[in-house]
Amino acid sequence: MHLILLLTLLTPLLCATILGFIDRKEASVLKYTALIGSCFSLVLAFIAYASFDSSSHVIQFALNLAWMKQYDIGFRIGADGLGIVMLMISAGMMPIILLSAFRTILNREKEFYILMMVLQFGMFGIVLSLDLVLFYVFFELILIPLYFLIGMWGGVGRIRAATKFFIYTMVGSLAMLIGIIWLGMIAKETLGTFSADLLKLRVIAPSLSIQLQSWLFVAFGLAFAIKVPLVPFHTWLPETYTEAPLPVTLTLAGMVFKLGLFGFIRYGIDLFPSASAYFAPLVATLAVIGIIYGALLALAQTDMKKLVAYSVISHKGFIVLGLFSLTAEGLQGGMVQIVNNGIATVALFLCVGILYDRRKTYEIAEFGGAATLMPILAVIMGIASFASAALPGLNGFVGEFLSLTGAFRSGFLNSWSYAILGATGAVLSAAYSLKLYNGVMFGARENSRNDMLSDLRPFELVQLIPLMILILLLGFFPHYVMSKTDAFSRALAGSLEIRAIGTSQYTNDVRQREADLRSSQAGVPKQESAPIH
Amino acid sequence: MSALDFLYTLPLLLISIVALCAMLVDAFGEANKRMVAVFSAIGLGLVMTAAIVLFPVRKVVFNGMIQTGGYASFFDILFCGAGILTILTGRSYLSKYDMEKGEFYTLILFAVSGMMLMAHSNHLLITFIGVEVMSIPFYVMAAFIRNQRLSIEAGMKYFLLGAFSTGFLLYGIALVFGSAGGTLHYEQIRSAVSNPEFPQLMLIGSALILVGLCFKIAAFPFHAWAPDVYQGAPTTVTGFMSTAGKAAALSAMIPLAIVFMPMNGTLESGKLRMVLIVVAVASMLFGNIVALSQKNIKRMLAYSSIAHAGYMLIGIIVPVTTNSGTQGILFYVASYLCMQMGAFVILSLLEKEYGEHLTFDDLRGLSKTHPVLAMLMSIFMLSLAGIPPFAGFFGKYFIFMAAIESGMIWLAVVGIIASLVSVAFYLAPIIAMYFRPVEDGREATASELGLSGVALLVTVGGVILLGLVPSLLLGVLQRI
Repeated sequence: MHLILLLTLLTPLLCATILGFIDRKEASVLKYTALIGSCFSLVLAFIAYASFDSSSHVIQFALNLAWMKQYDIGFRIGADGLGIVMLMISAGMMPIILLSAFRTILNREKEFYILMMVLQFGMFGIVLSLDLVLFYVFFELILIPLYFLIGMWGGVGRIRAATKFFIYTMVGSLAMLIGIIWLGMIAKETLGTFSADLLKLRVIAPSLSIQLQSWLFVAFGLAFAIKVPLVPFHTWLPETYTEAPLPVTLTLAGMVFKLGLFGFIRYGIDLFPSASAYFAPLVATLAVIGIIYGALLALAQTDMKKLVAYSVISHKGFIVLGLFSLTAEGLQGGMVQIVNNGIATVALFLCVGILYDRRKTYEIAEFGGAATLMPILAVIMGIASFASAALPGLNGFVGEFLSLTGAFRSGFLNSWSYAILGATGAVLSAAYSLKLYNGVMFGARENSRNDMLSDLRPFELVQLIPLMILILLLGFFPHYVMSKTDAFSRALAGSLEIRAIGTSQYTNDVRQREADLRSSQAGVPKQESAPIH
Repeated sequence: MSALDFLYTLPLLLISIVALCAMLVDAFGEANKRMVAVFSAIGLGLVMTAAIVLFPVRKVVFNGMIQTGGYASFFDILFCGAGILTILTGRSYLSKYDMEKGEFYTLILFAVSGMMLMAHSNHLLITFIGVEVMSIPFYVMAAFIRNQRLSIEAGMKYFLLGAFSTGFLLYGIALVFGSAGGTLHYEQIRSAVSNPEFPQLMLIGSALILVGLCFKIAAFPFHAWAPDVYQGAPTTVTGFMSTAGKAAALSAMIPLAIVFMPMNGTLESGKLRMVLIVVAVASMLFGNIVALSQKNIKRMLAYSSIAHAGYMLIGIIVPVTTNSGTQGILFYVASYLCMQMGAFVILSLLEKEYGEHLTFDDLRGLSKTHPVLAMLMSIFMLSLAGIPPFAGFFGKYFIFMAAIESGMIWLAVVGIIASLVSVAFYLAPIIAMYFRPVEDGREATASELGLSGVALLVTVGGVILLGLVPSLLLGVLQRI
């Protein structure tokens, strides 16, 4: 059973290899091979998800293979509550995204599907790796397919967008590289050798002095802040999202964006708790600025794709605010929101993509009154918009509510203003969602070119229905996700509180987690039997 | 000195014999150039085998003038590998200009023998002879396409400036000889350096020696020759010079750095380190920033090779507490050899008239006409930019690790900033190949792969293998 993660990880790579041997003229074979491959990894990921023991803090399905023994760098993978949720959503989004590519990517299919599979491989690797160097390799690896995907199939400004995206991300990840080496060298003093083992560093890093932690936090945090992106580092996002072809925009919105947030939790808050507490007000301020600024920019857009792109900045602000409230609610809310917002945004981008498919324009003003001709799309887009605006009963509500609650009662932020300002963002988000929805669906149908709009085809329904089910399901039964991350976030928040004020209501969770961490650390090296070469 | 010394230095003897015999083969097999090529390649293969066999035998032989095994063998293997790759690509490239001559292969062999001598050296005179035996074939090879103005210009420039730098080297050796008390053996110089009464002339002498060698690795500010020579020389030769030549100079520099800048060194020897730090930082920044504005790929690679020299120098600068600095350089050299040579092999395939068709715009459409070549070129470029999972990443990683280990985080930060700049121009060929539109009929085309295909396979294999399983090479390096 502990090989399940390795299998999940390798499936996309295998699929990419198979695709490499298929003749480029066989476009439909290529498409369906990729689709089947991604479905297969979804099944594997689901098996892992279902058999994951939510009550335990131990890293599960851990696998530890030697890679560079000299420096204690290993091929270490495994999943905790956070990782397994991330894995599941990455695997789940892929088939939908590939389906959307069937009709939008019409040239060089072979390269496209190979790159998509490599991208998925990289994303799986990021969420599963338990080794800092391995993590870094995967973190950079996804840059290569994304760069080609944007640059080869993107819109008019694709070269600029791709290059900007690449260099922006590199700035962050190179800073992180310094951080990784530095931290490994610090571990050398305790362990006697350079180490990149996350489980060992997790014990060493939190006990470092606050100055050292802060430097390291900045080095790591910059990479994630750019990837998320937090507000002063966000300028690559609108350009990239709008220039990228639809399937890639979906990948960015549904899968890639969560990697930065994931990094913040695992390599920021978890590794450097004191520094996180120290920087929490700053990060939260940036998050709140992001919420409002992104929402205002979204409100000002006349282009559908850009509107959704800016709304992503705003929604990510909520997640970061929740995470950096450093409370159990906030962390939980942030993690749930990572899942839910991904789903809602992908659904919204898909709807926008369908409208574009009909009229070849993203201008809101070009549409109007589409609801009468496209009733099904009207319903679906309505649900997606409301989910994105966090209406109760839909999935977006739970996470946003918890995030704001966390920010409200956080002892680390120690001010209500974050939550109150954040809540204004929620109002704004309703405003721009309605602007988009009203502008497209309601009003008079003045433009005669809209008379021919046809409603969803079965092919498009297949993409949207699963997302709709998830939106409703997770809205009413959020515990499907929350149960997996519950133990993780309570223990994390508890240890932060104990570190800051000495007591916590989650002391039991913390003790449990520390005991489990020790045992998993003791247990893992024993499997070190099969070196890679 | 014993008879066994000849056995230990077998690779050195063998390469000299092979080089001399290659001339004879050329003389007697007149019309058949292929025979010289095959003979040279097999000869290099033999030398390589000898080096591999003798790898564990670490000895200092011939009255302490030559070291064998381990470190030296590692470089022997690299140089022979580079030589074989150059022979593989050289054939079709030279015949494109109707210039295939037997001398070319002989010159490669002599250059390799010079490089090997540098790596084996344990005595400044041997180092000097090695430098000269390597450089003179280089001057000739740079001017090999003698009916092309560009090539002659490259050879001439390289020769004049190279002779000038030889002066520095020789003058430095003379000063060191005087101040070390009449000896040129590394060990004896080392004890003179750690003497508290450090002679000032020693400092000047050692600095001059390092200047001479920095010229050979094209580090700033001794780089002026590199762009013109790299651009003007035949493409395969540039690939050979910029990788193996650089590696050879480094192979001489590493032991010298340990001699002149010992860990427990005096204040005076610390000054030398300061100078090298300035050289390294300036090389990294200058090379990468100037490369940004280049349109010609060969020139771009020339400037970026200045920056790569800077990265490698970091490994020399960091105080040698553990071997991590040296190991970092050796890893870097091996990975750089694979990726830079690979890139030049592709360029040599794209070149149709001498020195033409080598700007970024000329690459347009290559991803359609030759998808495999385009993919390989992308891999080499990404690796040169230091992006995992390719070899170039771990090269930089180990170098930066050594810098951080010795407490010079700022040096690693400068290196990182420099390599960030480099990303911008290494992406330019990819943009041209994949993203830029191209008019029909104007797509880039490449000549027949032939044996260059083998060279590409080896280099790309190296880039990927060293990137995925760096422990393969690390294991070897730890036994040095």
